[in-house]
Amino acid sequence: MTGETMTREPGATARLRRDNGFSGGADGVYESLIRAHRGLGDDDSAALNARLVLILAHEVGDPEVVAAAITLARGSLHRAGSAPDEV
Amino acid sequence: MTPPPRPVPPGAAGRRPVVVIGAGPVGLTCAIDLASRGIPVTVLDEDDTVATGSRAICWAKRTLEIWDRLGIGQRMVDKGVTWSAGRVFRGDRELYRFDLLPESGHRRPAFVNLQQYYVEEYLIDRARDFPELIDLRWNHAVTGLDQDGQGVSLTVATPEGERVVEAEWVLAADGARSPTRTRMGLPFPGQRFEERFLIADVRMSADFPAERLFWFAPTFHAGQSALLHRQPDDVFRIDFQLGPDADPELERTPERVMPRIRAIVGEETPVSLEWCSVYAFRCARLARFVHGRVVFVGDSAHVVSPFGARGGNGGIQDADNLCWKLALVLQGAAPESLIATYDEERGRAADENILNSSRTTTFMTPKTRAERHFRDGVLDLAAEAPFARLLLNAGRLSRPCSLAGLSLQTPDPSPPPDGLRPGDPCADAPVVDAAGRAGWLLDRLGGPFTLLVFADGVPDPGRLAGLAPGLAVVVVTAGAGAHGPPGVAVLHDAEGLAARRYGAAPGTAFLIRPDAHVAARFAGLEPARIADALARAGGRPDASVGRAA
Repeated sequence: MTGETMTREPGATARLRRDNGFSGGADGVYESLIRAHRGLGDDDSAALNARLVLILAHEVGDPEVVAAAITLARGSLHRAGSAPDEV
Repeated sequence: MTPPPRPVPPGAAGRRPVVVIGAGPVGLTCAIDLASRGIPVTVLDEDDTVATGSRAICWAKRTLEIWDRLGIGQRMVDKGVTWSAGRVFRGDRELYRFDLLPESGHRRPAFVNLQQYYVEEYLIDRARDFPELIDLRWNHAVTGLDQDGQGVSLTVATPEGERVVEAEWVLAADGARSPTRTRMGLPFPGQRFEERFLIADVRMSADFPAERLFWFAPTFHAGQSALLHRQPDDVFRIDFQLGPDADPELERTPERVMPRIRAIVGEETPVSLEWCSVYAFRCARLARFVHGRVVFVGDSAHVVSPFGARGGNGGIQDADNLCWKLALVLQGAAPESLIATYDEERGRAADENILNSSRTTTFMTPKTRAERHFRDGVLDLAAEAPFARLLLNAGRLSRPCSLAGLSLQTPDPSPPPDGLRPGDPCADAPVVDAAGRAGWLLDRLGGPFTLLVFADGVPDPGRLAGLAPGLAVVVVTAGAGAHGPPGVAVLHDAEGLAARRYGAAPGTAFLIRPDAHVAARFAGLEPARIADALARAGGRPDASVGRAA
């Protein structure tokens, strides 16, 4: 219903995996991310996220996959429903 | 090795074997399960009405299978609304649809929705099928409790005055605010959540599908989420997330509730409000469920949020786990220490339910900007990126807990990659009996301990002889038309689904507990190992024939 179309070429995110990459443990991964931010202010949370992105990008390794992830993430910003003042 | 059950005399003189406090779904299920095993039960309830409002409504496949064993599953399914699918929306955009039971070949669906007052009515009717064994006492409020090592002495306020009721065992099924728990001074530690929810049951003619509908940021409601379920009689359950600052007294008034309903169904549809409540919830549990001769079952032992339907279904599984053990102890066929394994096994389930429920709540109620960014990021990505749907948590719906690795189960040195492990709940499958009648495998499991044997064809009676007395034997064959020796049920696995779901090759055997969980798996018929596993599963690991022989 958003009427939004992704402003990027088709297939840009085709390199991202479509299977269950969490081996059944998605809820535990989400919980560990939330826990990592407990007690941090907004700046420290953003700084933590930046460091996490750097570490995880290195773990991914493949620059094309990292680029595809960036494309997917950018394309999903400011969807209907997210609060723009908080993004 | 199992001595024949000692008949338990009705407790007219002296102690009653079991007194259940609370005639809700869990207490009544306990009473019927115990009676089905020949144990007399007295049920005390402080009033004489079934539940007000629909309360628990979502009954899971496993619960229906337990009620099948107790002879009341079909009535629940006939009246209830069957569903297996759910949809998750953001605003009015559907993010995805999921199916909790995407395969056929199961007798029961993933869920049936049925108001708690119907569940209680049907269980009461079923309990009345055991007039010699179940003594239902309405308007009997427990006012005092004392126990020694041999039993429990209850003081009970009755319409005829105060009475003292002596019991060998007491099951406290008296709910989330358990007076028994308070009376015994037991702490109930846990986490209280600030978020308030409005829950409303409305009767209306509406064409919502028989699916679980969940909205994040619904267009019809200013709060963060809403949940809708269809119930029988054109009743719908709608759950509105109100936020932490909502005024419970104000929000439950019809003047506040009806506009929220109208926002969903419009002004034209006739709507009547059946019941509503504003609630906050907590996740909490007793540290131990067994306190001497008092055993806590259901909400008195553990509470969770309603998202995931883990409260009522968890309680029914408590009953399923406890009652066969209690029956064996009362019949002198197992030591009292078997009851401790109820705490071990259902404690694990309670922890699992609390973990899932807490995680859902965390997702639904982000508390900081960082949490909100993660939550909204998942929602923004979910329609497009399948991985985000795995993170999106609108409720993890009740599934039976595996008891793998706990003390009654015999470890499996080489479990198959696909199939059931010791501790897993038994899977259902369509089968055909020797007379050619189609039926279901789960109807043959549960009751006594059972050896489930997979075979190509007609089993050799000699190989089934010499197994433990009292052990039922069910043979599942790949070929049709096999007949077994007397006392052995032979079932044809017509579609091959039983062998596939159990991960069984011809010759594989499983020891099945009375609550239809796998206790042990064997690569072949090895009487000594089977006897050892049976002794262990019955709480007598040192009393095995296999070891004594």
